[in-house]
Amino acid sequence: MDQSMSRLRKVWILFSTFFRIGTFTIGGGYAMLPLIEREFVERRKWVTQEEMIDILAIVQSLPGIIAVNSSIFIGYQVARIPGAIIATIGLIISPILIITGFAYLYINVQDADYLQGLFIGVRAGVTALILLAGIRLGSKVLTNKFSWLVAAVSLLAVWIFNIHAGLVILAAAVLGFVVFGLLKGDKR
Amino acid sequence: MIYLELLLTFFRIGMLGFGGGYVIIPLLSSEIARNHWLTGQEFADIVAVSQMTPGPIGINAATFIGIRTAGILGGLSATIGMILPSLILVVITAHMMQKFKESTLVQSILKGIRPAVIGLIAYAVIFFASMSVVTGSLFERNLSLELRGLVIFAVILVLTKVKRIHPILAIIISAGLGLLLYRF
Repeated sequence: MDQSMSRLRKVWILFSTFFRIGTFTIGGGYAMLPLIEREFVERRKWVTQEEMIDILAIVQSLPGIIAVNSSIFIGYQVARIPGAIIATIGLIISPILIITGFAYLYINVQDADYLQGLFIGVRAGVTALILLAGIRLGSKVLTNKFSWLVAAVSLLAVWIFNIHAGLVILAAAVLGFVVFGLLKGDKR
Repeated sequence: MIYLELLLTFFRIGMLGFGGGYVIIPLLSSEIARNHWLTGQEFADIVAVSQMTPGPIGINAATFIGIRTAGILGGLSATIGMILPSLILVVITAHMMQKFKESTLVQSILKGIRPAVIGLIAYAVIFFASMSVVTGSLFERNLSLELRGLVIFAVILVLTKVKRIHPILAIIISAGLGLLLYRF
């Protein structure tokens, strides 16, 4: 991480970046992943690829909103508690303003058929963005048969068997502890 | 006092809601029914608006419900209540991670977790694709390609992979193409 940058500057970048993420993400936690990856991993290099994956695991294992948990985690890692608070304010400020507008103007989006195309379009685009982010992160992690197996089982668990993502992560944590902690530890 | 009541109610939801928007909505629904804050139809409208406007669904829903219940201050109370548990728990976890990251215990756990997260990302791809690129269900054997969605998917894939366009620009292009292709 760039140590020379002042804390105020870092906090400003956190705010403005999460502001843009909050303004342009429709559809919850995973839709933000490509934006966070581009801004904080690729551009600023404040978060490594492995850390990005770890953060994704942690924010889903804790209660709360995935996007909010991510802004708190990254904000804290970059600039401690002020960073966590400012990043979160940046994330939620435009959703709050937009929702306030809807709440007062009684705009009914369900009647707006012509907007359906916009949402299908955004989802199709987000599918491509998450796919590319997933391939980049995956190429870093899926390096042996064990990791491919864990990834495949996790996918099937949430997709086919509807198991909660938090439980899948918990199970993988126990597996990692047993395989890499206990078994490999014994061999020493 | 209604503001304190909203703050505490949403604090509880923020504490119990593991897994984001789609888990938080059922929790909200039962709290609202209990407090008689909104009618069923109003709640259904709020969920629809929350999913279709930018930002996290949970924040959108909290703000909307708070405003409809007790005005702007109500919206702020609900939203702050919702975020506070996260702020406390995530800061503690982030702090612990920084402290113990290099320990062999944490490293071995992370080695197990990382590939699982890749599986979850793959599921997110399937989730978004099932609402845009394909229609129907694999399991009910009525899966078919949604041609216009597929075109947008392909355009964004190529533009991002080859031209390295920014994800925000990609989302704007997707929205524009969606509006254009689905007009007829």
